[in-house]
Amino acid sequence: MMNDAFDLRLAETHIEVHKFRSGAIVAATVLSLMLQAFVPVYFPKFAVLDLPLLVTIYFGLSRRNPSTGLLLGMVIGLLQDSLSGPTVPLGLYGIAKTIIGYLASSIGARLDTEHPAARFALTMMFFVVHQGCIAVTRRLLLAEPEPWFTLRLAIAAAVNAVVAVVLFMLLDRLRKS
Amino acid sequence: MAGIPSRHKSVVLLAGVIILQVVLLAVQIKRDSQGRLLRVWTVGAFSPFERAGAKGIGNIRGTWSHYFALQNTSRENEQLRRENDELKMKVNQLQSKAVEADRLSALLNFRQAQRNVPMLAARVIGTSADTASQTVYLDRGERDGIRRNMGVITPDGVVGKVIESYRDTAQVLLLTDKDSGVGAMLADSRIQSPVGGTGEPLLSMKYIPTDDTVNVGEHVVTSGMDRIFPRDLPVGVVTEIKTGRPFQHVRVRPAANLQRLEEVIVLLTLHPLEQKKETPAPAVPTAETPGKSVGGTAAVNP
Repeated sequence: MMNDAFDLRLAETHIEVHKFRSGAIVAATVLSLMLQAFVPVYFPKFAVLDLPLLVTIYFGLSRRNPSTGLLLGMVIGLLQDSLSGPTVPLGLYGIAKTIIGYLASSIGARLDTEHPAARFALTMMFFVVHQGCIAVTRRLLLAEPEPWFTLRLAIAAAVNAVVAVVLFMLLDRLRKS
Repeated sequence: MAGIPSRHKSVVLLAGVIILQVVLLAVQIKRDSQGRLLRVWTVGAFSPFERAGAKGIGNIRGTWSHYFALQNTSRENEQLRRENDELKMKVNQLQSKAVEADRLSALLNFRQAQRNVPMLAARVIGTSADTASQTVYLDRGERDGIRRNMGVITPDGVVGKVIESYRDTAQVLLLTDKDSGVGAMLADSRIQSPVGGTGEPLLSMKYIPTDDTVNVGEHVVTSGMDRIFPRDLPVGVVTEIKTGRPFQHVRVRPAANLQRLEEVIVLLTLHPLEQKKETPAPAVPTAETPGKSVGGTAAVNP
């Protein structure tokens, strides 16, 4: 046990914590929210993407600090809720993205998430978890009908994962060298 | 957060943030039928505790009131007992008044049946100071027309006669006194014989010949021969018969309750009452219709 714990700590020390340029996180968050809010007006298919979720996942995996990750997820989620209109109460996406931010930061602190395949898989997984959180919140807390998972959501998960691979590469440029 | 290990801080933060947002959700959402979600949740969350608390408090209160708060119970019990006693007293008073009303009603009926005899109702206000004499005092006297040797009755029967009249009171010698007597006869056989007191509750019918038949339970009424009482007033009931020579010893229980006299009627006349022939008994509640009179004498002590 002692050796395992020692090895784990050694492994964790080898995972790099990335830092970003000043204002990069804020700018990326605001941009993702704006695009999410206005692009679907002109391109309805764009609604399948959840850019704020992808931003949350990316910064969670990169920062690798659960506290920072969950707080960032909370802020992004609440802002998304605020922009979503009266049908989405404040806290619906906030709760889901808080959890995603926490999970992404926790997993990012233990795994190498730089590989595109890992990013794809993790994004799909987080998308499902995110949808699960929303379904739970809607069903249990709001008593509203919400499917647990559908084919459309599966396709959306895959699309978001593909987009995430590309987006994460773009966001990597915001890191401090 | 200072006392929490650093590796758990994020978990605590996560929990706190999620809870805050859940509360935020609750504040916003309003269910159509149940009001704001926060209220629904709050009620749902608190109601089990409230139910449990209410049940617990109910049990505690029940235990307290049934086992520990006996001081108040005892006090209430005493109060209720007092009230019960007061109510019993009132009931007794009402019953007494009802009995009195019946008695006065009977007096009135008797008065109406004996219209030709002047009468005066009087209340018994005292009794004899010694046990040897059977006398009572009335609240009426000479000013009301009461004189010595006037007869005193109740609707139930003969009481006695006035032996002394004062200005505002009169003394009545009861039938049970040794010196008292009244002209009487057996109601069925019409055998006449004076009835006198013995100093005891029972009267004595003294001069019934041994050959005459007397039955226990037979009624004894006034014969009118003493010129004090009208005929056929109830005197008493034969309760005991002993053979003797030359007369039987017949014991009579007075018709009037001489032990508990409250109101009486004084016959306001000293003139000899006229003998009515073949007249039915007066309309007295306890009087029974007698047969024909065979005449006789009365022995009344002065």
